[in-house]
Amino acid sequence: MTYRSPARNRYVFRLFVLMASYLALLLLAVTLIRGSAVTGAGAWALAIAPALPVIGVFWAVMRLLIEEPDEFIKLLHVRQCLVATGFCLSALTILEFLQSFQLITHGTHGFGAVIWWFIGLGVGAAYNRFTLGSSAD
Amino acid sequence: MKNRLKVLRAERDWSQQDLADALAVSRQSINAIETGKYDPSLPLAFRIASTFNLSIEQIFEPNQ
Repeated sequence: MTYRSPARNRYVFRLFVLMASYLALLLLAVTLIRGSAVTGAGAWALAIAPALPVIGVFWAVMRLLIEEPDEFIKLLHVRQCLVATGFCLSALTILEFLQSFQLITHGTHGFGAVIWWFIGLGVGAAYNRFTLGSSAD
Repeated sequence: MKNRLKVLRAERDWSQQDLADALAVSRQSINAIETGKYDPSLPLAFRIASTFNLSIEQIFEPNQ
């Protein structure tokens, strides 16, 4: 039987709401800004809007770390987040140097910090499974 | 830290899930403790000891 605490259920619900908000705001921003329907301060606000639910995902993950009652599962989550953070910072550092030496073009090409962090969560889950024989996911 | 959790559980014919339910923790936690991959916190160690009606020292011993 897979363990799923009320904290985990709340996390999944929050994630669903935040991701739905992200998609809606992204669609709105792309439509209005690329269509030049909104400019100036409004465009700034619209451009920042899709970032807010993504920041909310970080909040949801941190709430999960606080609310999870099972200490071993909490440990798995913490280790996963630490690996994700290290992976994200390492990947972006390498990209930065590659860009500095003009071996690759500047810009993230849609592969920003968030994507690297989420990939890092997958790496963290694999690390947990390899070293502790268990993953929180 | 070494422990006798698996033996104590077998003596009572409890599955890992039975013990996990009794302690209100995940089955993964029980498995990780039994296999020595995770040392429980002091509060959880007390709860485990209480569940088996034993002292912590009768269940856990430090690696020498």
